[in-house]
Amino acid sequence: MTSTTRNYLIRGVTLPDGTSTSLLLRDGVIAALGADAADGSSDAVALDATGLIALPGLVDLHTHLREPGREDAETVWSGTRAAALGGFTCVHAMANTMPVSDTAGVVEQVWRLGRDAGWVDVRPVGAVTVGLGGERLAELGAMADSAAAVRVFSDDGVCVDDPVLMRRALEYVKAFDGVIAQHAQEPRLTTGAVMNEGEVSAELGLTGWPAVAEESIIARDVLLAEHVGSRVHICHLSTAGSVDIVRWAKARGIQVTAEVTPHHLLLTDETVRGYDPQFKVNPPLRTAADVLAVRQGLADGTIDIVATDHAPHPSEDKDCEFDAAAFGMTGLETALSVVIESMVLADDVEFGWEDVARTMSAAPAAIGRVADQGRPLAVGEPAHLTLVDPDARWPVVPRALRTASDNTPFAGRELPGRVVATFYGGRATVLAGEPIEVGA
Amino acid sequence: MRHLLSAKDLSHDEAVAILDTAATMAATQQREIKKLPPLRGKTIVNLFFEDSTRTRISFEAAAKRLSADVINFSAKGSSVSKGESLKDTAQTLQAMGADGVIIRHAASGAPYRLATSGWIDAPVINAGDGKHQHPTQALLDAYTMRRHLQGENAGGADLSGFRVLVVGDVLHSRVARSNVDLLHTLGAHVTLVSPPTLLPVGVDRWPCAVSYDLDGAIAQGVDAIMMLRVQRERMSAAGGGFFPSPQEYSRKFGLDRNRLAALGPDALVMHPGPMNRGLEISAEAADSAQAVILEQVTNGVAVRMAVLYMLLGGSEGATGGAA
Amino acid sequence: MTSGTPARSGTERVVLDSSDISRALTRIAHEIIERNNGSADVVLLGIPTRGADLARRLGERVLQADERTDPLADVVGSIDITLHRDDLRRHPVRAIEPTTIPPAGVDDKIVVLVDDVLFSGRTVRAALDAVSDVGRPRAIQLAVLVDRGHRELPIRPDYVGKNLPTAAAEHVRVRLAEIDGVDEVAIDRTIGEDV
Repeated sequence: MTSTTRNYLIRGVTLPDGTSTSLLLRDGVIAALGADAADGSSDAVALDATGLIALPGLVDLHTHLREPGREDAETVWSGTRAAALGGFTCVHAMANTMPVSDTAGVVEQVWRLGRDAGWVDVRPVGAVTVGLGGERLAELGAMADSAAAVRVFSDDGVCVDDPVLMRRALEYVKAFDGVIAQHAQEPRLTTGAVMNEGEVSAELGLTGWPAVAEESIIARDVLLAEHVGSRVHICHLSTAGSVDIVRWAKARGIQVTAEVTPHHLLLTDETVRGYDPQFKVNPPLRTAADVLAVRQGLADGTIDIVATDHAPHPSEDKDCEFDAAAFGMTGLETALSVVIESMVLADDVEFGWEDVARTMSAAPAAIGRVADQGRPLAVGEPAHLTLVDPDARWPVVPRALRTASDNTPFAGRELPGRVVATFYGGRATVLAGEPIEVGA
Repeated sequence: MRHLLSAKDLSHDEAVAILDTAATMAATQQREIKKLPPLRGKTIVNLFFEDSTRTRISFEAAAKRLSADVINFSAKGSSVSKGESLKDTAQTLQAMGADGVIIRHAASGAPYRLATSGWIDAPVINAGDGKHQHPTQALLDAYTMRRHLQGENAGGADLSGFRVLVVGDVLHSRVARSNVDLLHTLGAHVTLVSPPTLLPVGVDRWPCAVSYDLDGAIAQGVDAIMMLRVQRERMSAAGGGFFPSPQEYSRKFGLDRNRLAALGPDALVMHPGPMNRGLEISAEAADSAQAVILEQVTNGVAVRMAVLYMLLGGSEGATGGAA
Repeated sequence: MTSGTPARSGTERVVLDSSDISRALTRIAHEIIERNNGSADVVLLGIPTRGADLARRLGERVLQADERTDPLADVVGSIDITLHRDDLRRHPVRAIEPTTIPPAGVDDKIVVLVDDVLFSGRTVRAALDAVSDVGRPRAIQLAVLVDRGHRELPIRPDYVGKNLPTAAAEHVRVRLAEIDGVDEVAIDRTIGEDV
């Protein structure tokens, strides 16, 4: 941690509710707003934020940082720097590392790597089952009690498909207010599957991943959560049917939350026609009708949050046959822009900047029980925020992104909205769109 | 036409031009001297990631009869089994000076990747990729049908109005996909006949009819019936459990004596091989006078000669004068 | 190619008309019979497309002059040279023309290759290769309607309808009734694509 955190006066910035104001960041908190901010700013670095929008620091509930084990794809340092550039101040590091984050030792290691890097708050996700094996519970309590204070548990990448094991996990985490984040994928219905099952897969001769394989698990798990009175979180929901099931469950009062990824808000299975593995992801890109349904679900609150499922892979894992390629896409640096493109700028859904703040900051922090993240931009709150130029447009060039891997599906596209600055605990991690290292 | 990746990519005129060229190639194969010079000095690589002796030999014969040098590269495995990656294999071939690559691969889309990823410059011919396409098989099937249904001097003709049944495991079949696309382009009416479990979700959008009833489909009148190979292991739970037993499959979807009689003597009986006699086709049907299964093999060489000539016989692989 | 009235540009000069062509073919037919002591073993192979039509016309005249009763198909055929060209890789792919060989074949026959224009000689060279693929004739002779000079290979015709001195850049247009709707040979001075 740097000993000389500077103070910043951010002038003329627009808040999510549309009001224009100034913000004084001092000693890691928002010290003053409006006219008061300028009064107390004699020692502060002044930034002209006219035309920029301030959002509370973004919180990602679903990030693959790959360390330990796959440092060729990403490290905690490189991944969290990419997160800061994408406007994030907190990420949840998924458990499918090598070794798997299924013990207090591994989650604490990841947590410390994050703290040392200093780009964002790294909240490790613990595995639900030992080695993601789906056979017996990992020591969830030990991970909860560790320095990493794990609250989100997930076997992401693998579904907890054994209903008894899933019931036990849902019950067990109630003891420390944890949540099971389910990767909903019925394994027998998706053997060998590499893309959405439908018209396109039939033509391309690629093995299909039917929507029902996701929906049936979600249906089962919301009913299990209801039965045991626990909360359940649905990772990367991708189908229209899933939206309907979650909507029904919420109406029934079940404690279910759900996330959608940026890529599922924008891309369809038509992109796979070129057999380019950059479009291979799990769950797969679905049909246009599914994309519309998840966008409407996000707008009406059925889907609570956007989570990136940032999944970096080295180029050799993508520069090959579609069947042989790894699943996954990077997303930290493009997430906000894709949400602006697919939701804020779209005519067919109502989605404003307050919705962005809710779905990308407040709600994910609440699900992850991260007390000091996702807070409103108000006096006395922690100075986690990001400044966005909503009118900027930028071309996505894989090599120009700071994540250690190049597997973005948005290469060659021009996206709206650019993160200009990010402040994590009052420290500028990004200024003028460039990362600022700790101590710099 | 720079590559041949999918029967779907062929326009009506391109497809007819290939069939016409195949007819002239076939005529040269009646001669004592079968070798022709147009690909002299060119190197063609047979890149087979999946065993298929008959397809490889057919392409090899076609290339050699056009005087090309042929390198057989059998790369069973590939990156899937931690061998050399497709990209590295392709770039190695490029470095060796391959003028054309014929690829067979278990992964759908592998030829497409080879042709479009910038790994190599040479024209790519798909010799069968996973469950996707096998365009030269469809071309040789169409050629065989045209020869019988339109006569020897069928130059310029297509298959307008002819009724073709494609029977069997459509779900796993690149032959079925290629044939539906090409036969549709050539004007034929195609009906897929299969148990529902062996049809892909989304088949209703294909340019063909679908039936679960072989006898009913035959009763509508058939000019050619193509029996697809059905793997016995598809029956087991491990193989997907697609049908209860070979006996039931054979009873409902096999070409037996009664169905052969119902077809009438003029309907062509076709099979891409290798056959499971007694499962999808009875010996009686396979050996009947109306079976053209061996002729399909013979025609395969002429069709592949035509494709190789049209892709590699000129400067840019453009079909400038083909009309 | 469509039949009908030819589009003749203003830079063209007609050098042979219909009756000139007819007379030339009749003369060549008689020369073939004379040179070969009759036409018993003669097979006429035209080089598509116009050479094939000329071969058919020559065949009619040979049969008539020699008072033979064979069907025309027994003495006239066509030979595609596309696959034997030496300039294949310099051009887009060319369509292959039909090869039809009379039923008796060409072994030990006297094959007369027939083409419309003799220019560089490369087409004839390709035709010689093509003929050797279908058999071994006793002799191969060459009949052309027009010899325009500018040979690039050691090839000379045995029968010539007309020697036509030309500049290399000029074009000789042969039109035949079967294809073009009219019989004529013209020289075109415009620079353009050669045939």
